[in-house]
Amino acid sequence: MALVLNEDEVMLRDTAEGFFADKASVKALRKLRDERDETGFDRALWSEMADMGFAGIAIGEDHGGVDMGFQAAGLLAEQMGRNLTASPFLSTAILAATVLREAGSDDQKNTWLPKIASGETVMAVALDEGPKHNPAGIETTAEKSGNGFRLNGSKAMVVDGHAADQLIVAAKTDDGLAFFLVDPKAKGVEIERTIMVDAHNSARIDLDNVEVDGDALIGDSNAEAALHKMLAAGRGIVAAELLGAGGEAFRSTVEYIKERKQFGVAVGSFQALQHRSSHLYSELEIARSAVLGALTALDAGDPKADRYCSMAKSKLGDVAKLAALEGVQMHGGVGMTDEYDIGLFLKRIRVLQELLGDAAYHQNEHAKAHSF
Amino acid sequence: MSKTDLDTFRADTRVWLEENCPEEMRTPITGDTDVCWGGRNFEFSSDAQKVWLERMAAKGWTVPTWPTEYGGAGLTRVEEKVLLGEMRRIGARSPLTSFGIWMLGPALLKFGNDEQKAEHLPKIARGEIRWCQGYSEPNAGSDLAALATKAEDKGDHWIVNGQKVWTSYADKADWIFCLVRTDNTQGKHYGISFVLFDMETPGVEARPIKLISGRSPFCETFFEDVKVLKKNLVGEENKGWTIAKYLLTHEREGIGAGNSSMRPLHEIAAMSLGLDDADRLSDPMLRAKIAEAEIDEWAFGLTMSRKLAESKAGQSMGADSSMLKYYGTELNKRKFELMMDSAGHDGLEWESERSKDGKLARGWLRTKANSIEGGTSEIQLNIISKHILQLPGA
Repeated sequence: MALVLNEDEVMLRDTAEGFFADKASVKALRKLRDERDETGFDRALWSEMADMGFAGIAIGEDHGGVDMGFQAAGLLAEQMGRNLTASPFLSTAILAATVLREAGSDDQKNTWLPKIASGETVMAVALDEGPKHNPAGIETTAEKSGNGFRLNGSKAMVVDGHAADQLIVAAKTDDGLAFFLVDPKAKGVEIERTIMVDAHNSARIDLDNVEVDGDALIGDSNAEAALHKMLAAGRGIVAAELLGAGGEAFRSTVEYIKERKQFGVAVGSFQALQHRSSHLYSELEIARSAVLGALTALDAGDPKADRYCSMAKSKLGDVAKLAALEGVQMHGGVGMTDEYDIGLFLKRIRVLQELLGDAAYHQNEHAKAHSF
Repeated sequence: MSKTDLDTFRADTRVWLEENCPEEMRTPITGDTDVCWGGRNFEFSSDAQKVWLERMAAKGWTVPTWPTEYGGAGLTRVEEKVLLGEMRRIGARSPLTSFGIWMLGPALLKFGNDEQKAEHLPKIARGEIRWCQGYSEPNAGSDLAALATKAEDKGDHWIVNGQKVWTSYADKADWIFCLVRTDNTQGKHYGISFVLFDMETPGVEARPIKLISGRSPFCETFFEDVKVLKKNLVGEENKGWTIAKYLLTHEREGIGAGNSSMRPLHEIAAMSLGLDDADRLSDPMLRAKIAEAEIDEWAFGLTMSRKLAESKAGQSMGADSSMLKYYGTELNKRKFELMMDSAGHDGLEWESERSKDGKLARGWLRTKANSIEGGTSEIQLNIISKHILQLPGA
């Protein structure tokens, strides 16, 4: 297992580090938030990311992608986490692209994957419905209707759902869970933009007797395999983003406690803070291995990759949360102010923790997988 | 080495092990006497144990990566991995466990002179001499550099007086590698020397300390006018602290590694507590804690591999050995607490056939030392604060 980055990966990481710090920093997120930007992310930035090959990172070369795999995608996500970057990378380049790549017909792949890779089309995957991530509990239905299907249900926490040019909706058919391409402007689709606590965007989507053609069905009327691949990829990538966000919260906190003086000395000289910082350093190192292990397994087609991505999501949920909580506490009063960035990290990490299953969800999955 | 060469090496190794590893040495270790420590007075628990040691030593495979001239086989790290993998495949026991291999050997290879290497390393490799480590003292534990065991200069030798404590298996060891103070006129890190001497030298006495586990793996060791020849000084006089730190790094990596051959926690818990109608552990709170610990164990295992791979790729592990030691030992303690929680009343039995004389309870108690020996968890956190985070005043 490649737990140490190779030359290409180091180069990609360095490129991404410069790119996101320069073009999509925390400052950029503040601007989007304060100006109440309609899209919630910068479409020009997304085009640039596509030009860099980022939008097609997990798309095959025959469909216009660069096909560098999920390990590479994780390096990008980590840098986005460091900068709290708002972009449709997760929704479009990871979740939607994986569903299409895994389950799509040749026609569907030829139509949509190049548009994702070029940055032309933003997609959102409507999966979850209730207050918690629960892919086994999807109630949205797709009934046969003429040559096509009729969709009914309510979706929640659809990342970038308000800005998507195209939706992918998960719904139950007679054969199992399936994915459908749905035009957000179609009759019966109602989309409510929900600005989240972290100033990133999500949507609630109601589907009321939405009629779609037969070719809206992505691949087969049972797409469980694609669902699992999408979940694994999504979890691994969100874990990588958490690693970036948690790592940056930690880095800036250590910097802060070296500067902040009380009782005539830097507060970072107090052992009470030193030991907690060193503990957090250790946890973040362990967490990094979890992300690397999960994403390399995914790229290698390891049959346990699903498990590892779930475990990584669990570990990163806990560790990034600890980094956020300790970060805010160690910043003291200024940690409560909007002026300091640490509060934004606290909020972003809270959202990422919840996305695609929190730590407890994945601990439960681990136990179920091992029959205990 | 090309892939083909490595494949050949693997195939040859497999055949050799099949032919040479006695059947009795392919069963899991169940008790203390199953571990071969070697040494002048070691009593082999079986002929197979003796034969296995002799065959492996003749092959240089008790210390596979050491140079052949010192009793090793000169294997690369990759070849060593293949060898260990093939041994694991047939469940072969380690032929020899010793502080000589684990701690002194690497230090001698790095800091010893040719004469010392030729004298001591082959005997370690063959399991002829068993070593112990004279580091901690009653007033020098976490603050190890405060050690006061005094070595008085007498020309071609020193006269050593003082006391060591927590000397692992000093009562069974043949020789000791020991930190002594040869100068106390400057800062505490200067003036420490790293010396070797025979435990049978007049004036050396080791007394076992009885622990909460009921066992006595550690000793108090006393030195009264012990004569140590100067040719037994490793490295430079007064500059032994560098060697001491190097050796501690090795020790920490070893302690952090913990015991990975254990049955998974969830199996132990399921056997003890049973599952409910939904096939879940009947104690839901314990179930959650076990799942969390197993995920941490997986991620920690990956971290050990990653740090090892990084250090092979030329990035120094440095203070990250403290991170591994800290995390690994704390995790091991957590695991044993969960095992005791799982075993419940059964885990409390101390003297019974059923409990193999309190195997679990004694193992649980033993883990309490993990986060103390080789530098406490708090010391490791200090080291991380100072050397990695570079926090002021750390």
